Amino acid sequence: MIALLLRDLRLAVRAGGGFGLGLAFFLIVTVLIPFGVGPETGLLSRIAPGVLWIGALLACLLSLDRIFALDWEDGSLDLLATAPLPMEGIVTIKALAHWITTGLPLVLAAPALGVLLSLPPSGYLWVLVSLALGTPALSVIGTFGAALTVGLKRGGLLLSILVLPLYVPTLIFGAEVARRGAEGLAVQTPLLMLAGISFGTLALLPFASAAVLRINLR
Amino acid sequence: MNLTVRDLAVARGGVPVLEGLSFSLAPGRALVLRGPNGSGKTTLLRTIAGLQPAFAGEIEGAGERIAYAAHSDGLKSMLTVTENLRFWAQVFAQSDIDPALDAFDLRGLEDRMAGTLSAGQKRRLGLARLMVTGRPVWVLDEPTVSLDTASVARFAEAVRGHLAAGGSALLATHIDLGLDEAEALDVTPFKAAPRVSLEDEAFL
Repeated sequence: MIALLLRDLRLAVRAGGGFGLGLAFFLIVTVLIPFGVGPETGLLSRIAPGVLWIGALLACLLSLDRIFALDWEDGSLDLLATAPLPMEGIVTIKALAHWITTGLPLVLAAPALGVLLSLPPSGYLWVLVSLALGTPALSVIGTFGAALTVGLKRGGLLLSILVLPLYVPTLIFGAEVARRGAEGLAVQTPLLMLAGISFGTLALLPFASAAVLRINLR
Repeated sequence: MNLTVRDLAVARGGVPVLEGLSFSLAPGRALVLRGPNGSGKTTLLRTIAGLQPAFAGEIEGAGERIAYAAHSDGLKSMLTVTENLRFWAQVFAQSDIDPALDAFDLRGLEDRMAGTLSAGQKRRLGLARLMVTGRPVWVLDEPTVSLDTASVARFAEAVRGHLAAGGSALLATHIDLGLDEAEALDVTPFKAAPRVSLEDEAFL
């Protein structure tokens, strides 16, 4: 299992591995939004938490189809399926590798990019906390979508259509935590809901992902 | 422990392609599957490897005892030969990759990226993976594709060594490996009869 994680991380940072793809996209979105919104810092700082969350979510989406597609194309997914690793473990490791290469850099970059969106000072901590808590759910849900569409030609579009509705609850509560935090309001309720979504998907979705992957490999 | 198949039927896309297949493969023996393209050899091997359920019948002694090698080698082009092989060794909880490197003449290529290897070299690396699985039953689908004569002989030697060590091998191949331990099984007679559905019967 550790070997699989290390292999995926090593592949991600080598040429053509896609590490930094999500981060670059996130950077571009947050740099461009102020140009589009105009010089009104009041408006910008009001929408900053939501923009950061949408940017992070779309950046996450960008690299989802690589989770299983590459292993499927070169045949290693078949070989992994016959290896002494449980399929649930394989999908969990795949989701973890996706989070480390995509989600974690987004979490760490978000406060720095908050400056560009004139995020209120009280918001930095909560943007960081909400993304740290919410991005694992994005990776796990995305892995499920990737398992559903593995083997389909041009499955990327279908994957986005399948996954985006599933992302909505995470986005709502994640952005709500960040917004309330930025405005200095109580964050407990949305924070607990966000944590519930994250831990719930983490506990249940690997089983679903493993099941659909087994069917897709037939 | 034998790999035993009883009255097996396998299906591709829900349509049976082979049926009524029975054989037993003892340790130290090899079974070579023959049959024209599209006759269901790959489907049979995938079923035995556990990648798809049997349509009917029983398979005994498979599961965790199978090392499967498919048409594609499962290599990562951006990892070196050693990294590729060591990854599979770790997955199968083995540590020694040197015998595999020697057996398939991969010395001197250890630090090359797998993506820069020739087709035959890739294939040799893919087959070397079998030796680091530590599993007794090799299930091989067209293992000699893109291998030159010398490499085929080397591969036959590796299979012979595996059989001598008490392993067994089930191969789908069109060329003669010169294995004394091998029996041939032509799958053509086991071609599944076309199914007539209930609706069709109503028209007959």
